[in-house]
Amino acid sequence: MEIAGALRTAREMGLVACTRCTRVWPGGTARCGRCGHRLHSREPKALQRVWAWWAVGLIAYLPANLWPMLETRTLVLSQESTIVGGAVDLARHGNWGIALVILVASVAIPVGKFLAIASLALGVRGGSALPRHRRQQLYEVVEYIGRWSMIDVFVVAILASLVQLGAVAQVSPGPASLFFALSVIFTMLSAQAFDSRLIWDEDPAPLAPPLPEGRPA
Amino acid sequence: MLGDERAGVHARAPRPQPDDRKTARMSAARPLPPHRTAALSAEDLAGLIACPRCDAVYRAVQPGHGERAVCARCETVLIAPRRRAGQQLIAVALAVVVLVVAATMAPFLAIEAGGRAHASSVLDAALAFATAGPAAFLALAVAALIVFIPVLRALLVIYVLAPIVANRPPAPRAAAAFRLSEDLRPWSMAEIFAIGCAVALVKIADLAQVHFGPAFWMFAALVGLVVVQDGFMCRYSVWKSLER
Repeated sequence: MEIAGALRTAREMGLVACTRCTRVWPGGTARCGRCGHRLHSREPKALQRVWAWWAVGLIAYLPANLWPMLETRTLVLSQESTIVGGAVDLARHGNWGIALVILVASVAIPVGKFLAIASLALGVRGGSALPRHRRQQLYEVVEYIGRWSMIDVFVVAILASLVQLGAVAQVSPGPASLFFALSVIFTMLSAQAFDSRLIWDEDPAPLAPPLPEGRPA
Repeated sequence: MLGDERAGVHARAPRPQPDDRKTARMSAARPLPPHRTAALSAEDLAGLIACPRCDAVYRAVQPGHGERAVCARCETVLIAPRRRAGQQLIAVALAVVVLVVAATMAPFLAIEAGGRAHASSVLDAALAFATAGPAAFLALAVAALIVFIPVLRALLVIYVLAPIVANRPPAPRAAAAFRLSEDLRPWSMAEIFAIGCAVALVKIADLAQVHFGPAFWMFAALVGLVVVQDGFMCRYSVWKSLER
């Protein structure tokens, strides 16, 4: 930061960096000689892949919310509940805390993830009001939190395997659990497809060497 | 000539920050005159390190044990060597294998209601989806995410690190093994399953009496182990030692 003026990127130096093992190679090298990772100065079509996974993830997220997540059968009633419906039921019975946890984990975080990935991808093209530093942090948060959404699917699996008490109570997974899992997986792939180096590129010039004259040496 | 270029990439040694003495900020490689850039030799390149997040290039300066070198621009941790990290990581990986395999068999939650009781193991949880027709894919995915992938990752880490720790040449195809292990990192979700157990318990606590089984505590221990596994692993150091 205080020495940002002297900072140079691999692309500016005509080199290509391995994002897996951080080794630097001459521009145009196809594979990293140390770890075997495929080398690209910037992932080609990174944004297209981000948007493709993002769209599939969003499509899977709709049935995940509209269809029942859990089917509960007890002695007196049989009931199918969606994610939001289940949380509302819990709140009605006074379990505000758990209802809030479920709403945050299954609604707020996934929706926030879709918005965050979209704003990161849009920020690369059109610039962003957020400073680069904040966008980098946002990306790291999205990458970190993405896998934790899977917790919902696990809870359904646990309940369905555990609550097998014959006529007294039985829980089985609804079709929404499949779509919720797919939505989580697709958004994780979308976040992985994003090349965070795009956040830091000062100018969209794709050409590395030769360097423009008059750069501060 | 070559000496000149070396001087060109020379960077100041990382100095400790006053606020956090454990963190040494990487100093930027001083820019080379444009006409010299193309003339960087292979050894010069081997001494450089590029931030995987923002592409900034530095002259790699090995920090001391327990210190970290972070990117001056985006603050990504680039190098974080620890004393005896190899032995610790192997120990953690062995513990993960034992815990996951044992936890797969043992029940993690037991329920009691209306005079009927039922206990459930991880295998039961995965198979819960298998009976539901189209969700059979989920059964496989759940089993993979909480059992197979964590175990595979731990075995790969042992395979890669054991020869390095013993000061022997790297195992055959160690680079490919470590690459696979790194690829699988986000998909290893045993610790998330542990938290899922706790959530499920809270959810049905009103409905029935629920008890933690032995496997729950094994998974709870896994949460801690996974944090250690990710925190102690200095990827740069591993790749560097696989290079020899």
